[in-house]
Amino acid sequence: MENHRFVLVGVGGQGTLLASHLLAEIGLSLGLDVKKAEIHGMSQRGGSVVSNVVWGKPVFSPVVGEGEADTLIAFEKLETLRYLPLLKPSGAIFVNDHEIEPITVSAGKQIYPNNADIEATLHKFTTKVFWIPANQIAEDLGSARVANTVMIGVVLKGLGVELDYGVRTLEKTIQSRYLELNLRALKAGYDWLAISNHKG
Amino acid sequence: MKRLLSGNEAVARGAWTAGAVVGSGYPGTPSTEIMEIFARYPGVYAEWAPNEKVALDVAIGAAYAGRRAFATMKHVGLNVAADSLFYAAMTGIEAGLVIVSADDPSMHSSQNEQDNRQYAKFVRIPCIDPADSQEAHDFAIAAFDLSERFDTPVLLRLTTRVCHTSTPVEVSEQRFVSSDPIKYPRNVAKYVMVPANARRRHGVIEHRIQEISQYAETSPLNRMEIRSSQLGIITGGIAYQYAREVFPEASILKLGLVYPLPAALIRNFASMVERLIVLEELDPFIEHQVRLLGVELYRGKQTLDTPKGIFPIVGELNAQIVRKAAIEAGLIEGEMLQTSPSFPMELPQRPPVLCPGCPHRGAFFVLSKLKVPVNGDIGCYTLGLTEPLNAIHTCGCMGASIGVAHGAAVAGDQERHVAVIGDSTFFHTGIPALINVVYNRSNVITIIMDNRVTGMTGHQDNPGTGKTLQGRDTTEIDIENVVRALGFTYVKTLNGYDVEGIEKTLKEWMKISDPAVLITREECALLPEARAKYVPLEVVEEKCNGCTMCFRVGCPAISKSEKLDPRYQRPLAVIDPSLCTGCEICAQVCPRDAILFRNQVLDKQEIDQ
Ligand code: SF4
Ligand code: SF4
Ligand code: SF4
Repeated sequence: MENHRFVLVGVGGQGTLLASHLLAEIGLSLGLDVKKAEIHGMSQRGGSVVSNVVWGKPVFSPVVGEGEADTLIAFEKLETLRYLPLLKPSGAIFVNDHEIEPITVSAGKQIYPNNADIEATLHKFTTKVFWIPANQIAEDLGSARVANTVMIGVVLKGLGVELDYGVRTLEKTIQSRYLELNLRALKAGYDWLAISNHKG
Repeated sequence: MKRLLSGNEAVARGAWTAGAVVGSGYPGTPSTEIMEIFARYPGVYAEWAPNEKVALDVAIGAAYAGRRAFATMKHVGLNVAADSLFYAAMTGIEAGLVIVSADDPSMHSSQNEQDNRQYAKFVRIPCIDPADSQEAHDFAIAAFDLSERFDTPVLLRLTTRVCHTSTPVEVSEQRFVSSDPIKYPRNVAKYVMVPANARRRHGVIEHRIQEISQYAETSPLNRMEIRSSQLGIITGGIAYQYAREVFPEASILKLGLVYPLPAALIRNFASMVERLIVLEELDPFIEHQVRLLGVELYRGKQTLDTPKGIFPIVGELNAQIVRKAAIEAGLIEGEMLQTSPSFPMELPQRPPVLCPGCPHRGAFFVLSKLKVPVNGDIGCYTLGLTEPLNAIHTCGCMGASIGVAHGAAVAGDQERHVAVIGDSTFFHTGIPALINVVYNRSNVITIIMDNRVTGMTGHQDNPGTGKTLQGRDTTEIDIENVVRALGFTYVKTLNGYDVEGIEKTLKEWMKISDPAVLITREECALLPEARAKYVPLEVVEEKCNGCTMCFRVGCPAISKSEKLDPRYQRPLAVIDPSLCTGCEICAQVCPRDAILFRNQVLDKQEIDQ
């Protein structure tokens, strides 16, 4: 198969690495060759973070370059824009409709773009944009911390991967204390896309 | 079954499988996880050393004693350990010794992007450069074998993309058990590097590297992949992946052993292809050596003799960059991928910042208020440089802060210098620098920001935490006692959140001319014990007038609310309860007592119930 390249972006501390890990493991369980590349260190302290997951047969480069990503998964709105140039023309964007002000904005030096501008910009790149109230869905389940797993649920549905692959991967990966909540989050995301009248 | 392992996890597994029993390292991105993972395997001893030189000496000591051993560090760590690297190359070992150096092309988390393959050539030891996790695993095992076969340390060189990329790995469940412990060698001629012995050893290692290049000709670490004869690529490490992606038809000489090079193999490969290029990241390390062999490389449309033929010498490569350079050089046809529509808006930057509740914030807030020159160091507290604190003016390498401050002081700089350093960095290289301050009597004020852990690399234990890497209780080294023992008379320990106390102490010390050490002690806000104590604070809207004092502490949990102060029309402060830890720094600086302290918040909650 052609390589399918994912870019996952967010803010340090949001759990982008865990989400990438889940996605990579799911790819492996689908019988694909997988590479997952991430950057650790300083940016984990509330900075802008990005990781790459590539599914394929076989995969060589772990790094997704400009215009190469099939799917951009963003855990924070502003970060979607920052990494947009990585997206392939007409690639798909899954964006968590959640805002975390960077220090440059709260210090009054720069302005956080408004929703209309963000949407307009995303639509210049592609028509396949899914806005997901992932934090809201996660909070309704009991904790905003599982917003990532909600997002992965939505993405699986979007890619047409059976939910069961996600479930089995969570069972292998997540500590038993948090497993139940994460399974519900995965399913909630999956169902959200199945029933919602999302834009896209 | 194949498992998804990062390069770091794969190296740890490979070292265990190879029968390594001793591992010593210093945490440094991108190398850190290797020792953390290795420590969990049965039958091994693993430790964090206070710095990379100590780590390497420990590994050398174990290898002299006949146990397979390795040391891990990031690229710049090898600079600290270089002295030991050079003597170990001279003496050789009894059992396998591997030095893992994790380079950081593009400097994702580093102060430079040095290419440590150069060290191997400098010290005449073999350098192995894996391209993915499977190779990281297999090459780690091969490195120990090579080390014993040729009586030499081996440099296992990784890069960020190999360290932190996870790819499927087939591992063995069996562990190689090294032969019975040997009697400790009494081989003075080999292990005591006094001049007479060292002179003989130099000849030995020059001969050794010749032998290894003979071995390289047939080593399974190097392989030819013959496809089309039009283009041949010599490559190694992660660059191999980009070569395969961009030039699927090209023939490849994939070097796992990137030093010393197999001259005959290279000549042979060159004779099989029409055009030959070298594709490697950073320095033209292979390229220069290939040229010295007299082998002609294709240089594209270039007329000038640039240091590197076709691909960039700066920064990380990726398939895009390689493709672009290849098109420009006329190696492949094609247009550049359609570039994305132009970007209509300017995005706010999102630089890393000190976390909400970070215990370093108190001292930085005071320093930025005092406007003194501050010499910084490497760790979380480097982030004291960011807006709005702007409290750090230099930062070079681990342990540099104190020496650099001392230099300014003895040079006669009029301003009083403050050096900041973390607890782990104090143990790493801070102590000798402090000895220098007290011995050569400068007036440097040093702040040791003791957050009870090694923070930036992800919370590793250190000599001040009372725990070892493998979780054993141990002596907790008391920083204040050490500093007093060095001879400082002005020494004080305060809580990191005690803004008033820190300010008062520093102001007092500014009036005297002696060197002084302030230890600000409070555990990192991200440690589980600290998290358990979070009590988010609240702003009392009626009292706040938007004076902006609390914004100046630079806490991500504080922002401007939509509400305005009626008198000045300034936005009021608001605290995000999901981010605030309740460290009270903002409450201390608010001139209007508009931010409730923890006990006030708790009292209020009780009344509400
Ligand atoms: S990890 Fe700890 S020490 Fe580092 S910035 Fe965050 S709170 Fe501060
Ligand atoms: S320091 Fe106090 S009064 Fe000033 S903006 Fe902050 S909360 Fe309001
Ligand atoms: S108490 Fe104030 S400074 Fe401390 S974390 Fe909360 S908002 Fe930030």
